[in-house]
Amino acid sequence: MLQRKRIYGELAIGAIAAMCLVTMAYGGSATLKENVYDVGALKPIDSVPKLQVGDKAPEFTLPAVSGKTVALAQYRDTKNVVISFVPAAWTPVCSEQWPGYNIAKPIFDQYDAQLIGITVDNVPTLYAWTHQMGGLWFPALSDFWPHGAVADQYGILRSDGTSERALFVIDKQGIIRYIDVHDINKRPPLDDLVRELEELKK
Amino acid sequence: MKKRVLLFVALAVCLVALNGVLVAAEESTITGTVLAPIKLPVPQDPTAKNYLGLTEEGSFALSQIKAQVVMIEIFNMYCNNCQREAPRVNELYQLMNKDPKLKGKIKMIGIGVGNTPLEVEVFKKTYKVAFPLFPDADYAIHKICGEVRTPYFIGVKIKTDGSLRVFYTKEGGFQDPAQFLKIIVALSGL
Repeated sequence: MLQRKRIYGELAIGAIAAMCLVTMAYGGSATLKENVYDVGALKPIDSVPKLQVGDKAPEFTLPAVSGKTVALAQYRDTKNVVISFVPAAWTPVCSEQWPGYNIAKPIFDQYDAQLIGITVDNVPTLYAWTHQMGGLWFPALSDFWPHGAVADQYGILRSDGTSERALFVIDKQGIIRYIDVHDINKRPPLDDLVRELEELKK
Repeated sequence: MKKRVLLFVALAVCLVALNGVLVAAEESTITGTVLAPIKLPVPQDPTAKNYLGLTEEGSFALSQIKAQVVMIEIFNMYCNNCQREAPRVNELYQLMNKDPKLKGKIKMIGIGVGNTPLEVEVFKKTYKVAFPLFPDADYAIHKICGEVRTPYFIGVKIKTDGSLRVFYTKEGGFQDPAQFLKIIVALSGL
């Protein structure tokens, strides 16, 4: 009886060991996608606009993942600026939008534009998220505290504390030339942005 | 004692093997089925057009590709995993072309799901993709392929009646392009 119990015990240990091996073999390579939290379908837009094309872009200075701070004013007279607000780290759509921009640098360069990414997450969260993307060529800024203050200034802070999925194109004089407060559930096509950057040349 | 150790090892090996079968089964959910017809625009680029063996303009059915086997990569320009996989996929394509036994028998295409032509072009330029890529901006082809996660690989055999029989599917990347090609060749019967 005792011996049978021992055999069952060994079988159980064997099973656990095998499962550990399996987990190491198949689940060891956690990828960005596997860590994304599915938020489901959300209200497409949940904010009231405060800005319009032709307005002066509100100034801001925010901490970046790099440990430095980035101010909108530092690009005045030298670069057009594209601000990509995304709702939150580790959520669907957002986790693809910036990796897409990450391979489109030549397009931004072509239009003398600096891309800036902003979320309402804190710096460590943004760091982990962008690190798993393999790093980004553009600054990722944290609008965490005062929470969503810049998103609020830009009229895109949602009622749950996240921001809209929004794009702002700002010319070298600091004037807003394009606003796309996009359906939060969908990714804006790159084509729209390129068309608006092309407009800056005219 | 020796017997118990052997029992322990045997059980562990069996469970690992069983799990391997289950994983393979999960990756091959549509294997053996016939893929619904897919129409694509004939590439403007003469090299791509020539590679696919197309002579007409306008659109073409996948079954018109001059090959016995077609590997389809379902990707997305925005997908981080697809970007990371791109160099290995390029290597796979090179291996297919280098092998004199396979030349002309197996062709490869990519479908950029949810991507506009511009977005596909950005991906193509960034990773110097030499095989033809097609946009699927409205996700129509993605639906036909079962709305799979990207990257995803589908191996189809072109039957004499023009139907496309799926002989292999794989979700996610592959570690070794040469090994992956061996699997494709073995399963396709080329």
